[in-house]
Parts: sequence; C-alpha cells; structure tokens
Amino acid sequence: MAKPGLDGHDRGARIIARAYRDAGFEVVYSGLHQTPEEIVQAAIQEDVDMVGLSSLAGAHMYLFPRVVELLKEKGADDIVVCGGGIFPEEDIPKLKKAGIKEIFTPGTPLKEVVGWVEEHVEPRQ
Amino acid sequence: MRSDTSQITEKVTSGDVRAAAKLIRDIDDKVPEAREYLKDLYPFTGRAYVIGITGSPGVGKSTLVDQMVAHLRGNGKTVGVLAVDPTSPFSGGAILGDRVRMQRHSMDEGVFIRSMATRGHFGGLTQSTRSAIDVLDAMGKDYILVETVGVGQDEIDIVQSAHTTIIVLVPGMGDDIQALKAGILEVGDIFVVNKADREQIENHRRFLQASPERTFTLQREKAKNDLIEMVKDRIINEILADIVNSGEFEEALASILEKRLDPYTACDTIISKRVKTGMSK
Repeated sequence: MAKPGLDGHDRGARIIARAYRDAGFEVVYSGLHQTPEEIVQAAIQEDVDMVGLSSLAGAHMYLFPRVVELLKEKGADDIVVCGGGIFPEEDIPKLKKAGIKEIFTPGTPLKEVVGWVEEHVEPRQ
Repeated sequence: MRSDTSQITEKVTSGDVRAAAKLIRDIDDKVPEAREYLKDLYPFTGRAYVIGITGSPGVGKSTLVDQMVAHLRGNGKTVGVLAVDPTSPFSGGAILGDRVRMQRHSMDEGVFIRSMATRGHFGGLTQSTRSAIDVLDAMGKDYILVETVGVGQDEIDIVQSAHTTIIVLVPGMGDDIQALKAGILEVGDIFVVNKADREQIENHRRFLQASPERTFTLQREKAKNDLIEMVKDRIINEILADIVNSGEFEEALASILEKRLDPYTACDTIISKRVKTGMSK
C-alpha cells in the first residue's frame, strides 16, 4: 500500500490497509510522499503480489503509469498495480489502458476492494 | 518457474535483489524447495555482523534502525534490514509499517529492507527470520539489522541470532524492581534509553545500571539453539500435520467427542506409535 507524490492524506490508504489486514493479507505500508522509484524498489524488496496506490491530489496520471512502467523495466511486471482515490471520470479508462488493473473510487465498499484482490490476484505458485 | 538451486545461489551471492526477495518469501511461506536453496547458500553465510534491536512497541526501534543504517552507510558498509511486525491473531493478516521510518534509504542500492510478519510465532523472532538473515548474509551485506516485533519482558529469541543485542527503552517504563527482573533486561549488550528529553531520564539510567550483567552467549549455544529451533519447526510443521491428517487422529477425535476415550490416553497412543523411545512408555 503506497502513497505516491506530494499528497499528504493517508487516512484512505490506512483504512484500506486495515481492511486487507482483517481479510488475512500481509500489507506493507510505505508511508507518505513516495516517488514511483521508491515504491517499485520497496515492492521488489518485499516481493509483493500487488501494489495499491492511493492518490487524492490529482497527480495520478503521471504517478500511476510511472509505477507500472518502472516495474516493467525491472522485470517485475508480474506485480499487479491497482489504484484508489479521487479521479475525474475520464481518467479512469486512460489509467486502465496504462496498465493499472483496477481503479477504486470513493464509496466503494471495503468488501469489494478486498474481494477484487481475492478474485484477480493469483497467489504465486 | 523456479530456477535450479545453483542458479539461485549464484544470483543471491551476487547481490540480486529480486532473487533474494523471492527466496525470503519462499522461506516465509515454507516452500519445501527453500530448504534446498538455504543448504546451498550456507557456505556463503557467517560473514555479516548481525545486530538485534528489540524493545517495547513505540519506543523507537525503527527510528533507531534508520539512524544506524545512515551511520553504517556513511562508513561505506552495506546493510540488510529485517523488520518484524505482528500478525493478527484473528485474521492472520498484518500491517508491516517499519519501512515508513526508513524511507530515506529506499533508493540506496547498498540497503536491502525487508518486512516480515510474526505469523503466530511468539518470542519476537521467527524461524523464517533466522533463515532470512542467512540470505542477506549470503548477499554480502556487511551488517544485518534485525528489528524484532515490539516485545515485552520475555521475548528474547533475538539473542540467539545476533552478535550484539540492543534493547531500546524509554524513561518512565518502570522502577528498579522492573530492572531487577529476569528476562529481556538480562540479554542486552547495549541499552539505549530513547526519548531522553523526557522526564525521569536520570532515574531510568540509574535503574538500568543496577541491572544484572548479561551472561555471555557462546557461539556453541547460538548454533545449538538454532538447530533446536529448526528441528522443532520441522516436527511441528511436518510430523504434526501428518498426525492431524491421519485417520487415526480423526478416530481418536470422534471417540473423545463421544466420551468413549480421554484425550490423555489418545495422546499416549498416537505418540507411542511414532516415537520409539523417550516420552512414551
């Protein structure tokens, strides 16, 4: 669970992290103000299955695709990238096209956020 | 797809982060092949200096580790960090938040930080952590800092895996009777009284100086404890699973539920079939 960019609001990320914890996931929390490079480095060191990006500050069109790009560069594109936060409607298809597997917007029930991962992220063999 | 053993060893010993990270995960998930990889890596271990950092939750272990990493990097040393956080006893999930305090090192190629969950193990350190230390060691890290889960009075596993154990304390956490007690205060090589700008710092320092000196842990003791833990782990994971999955176990369980058999006799029977000597008569 990572907070890219200058956005300093992590209540959402923490709530989502906790929902995953309560569903039996191990969640590594990055803390605030991470660059895409730092997030990717952490994802690789921790060998995670998925990176969840939280952004409420409007820089998602740069930050989210950059994370996907860097993972690919490092040969770690088997790691699924998801995003959550506040996004203009029209950005969502663009983000998905850039390789972000799913986008969650405000009001999404926690169950749905957790359920999506259980359904779409394959545990490694 | 898994590469073969020698390839893994080659990658890890040449410092490949991805390979090491995956191996640590296999170790944590108790993937059987991980043991083969560890056997192959073993000759490359034993070179790193292992420092354990332990203490109660919130005393500043992660922050201290962050500072130590900065210092060691300043001296040109490479560093591995293993940071353990607790697993939820209810869901089995965990929030691993120690990285938050070590953010500034995340882009440093000379630092490898890995979070681990306790996964139900008590004692402050897991068997997986011990093996993960070996992986970082084989990667060629000069120093390995192991930050335990926040501990209380009696979780002293770290002593068996570390060359030096640091206990982090804060003022106001107890009087001289606490300092007199057995357990965690006996095992520290270095005591760090953190948050020293708080009141009672002088008192606290005096209590600690009155604490008994730690008895020196010999290399042999360390190796012995490691081996015991490993054997214990295997017995619990493999032999126990084998017993629990057996028809005999199910039968015994049914009989106990119907009050036709007491659990003590059932246990004796199960054990005596598997253990030739020792506890069963």
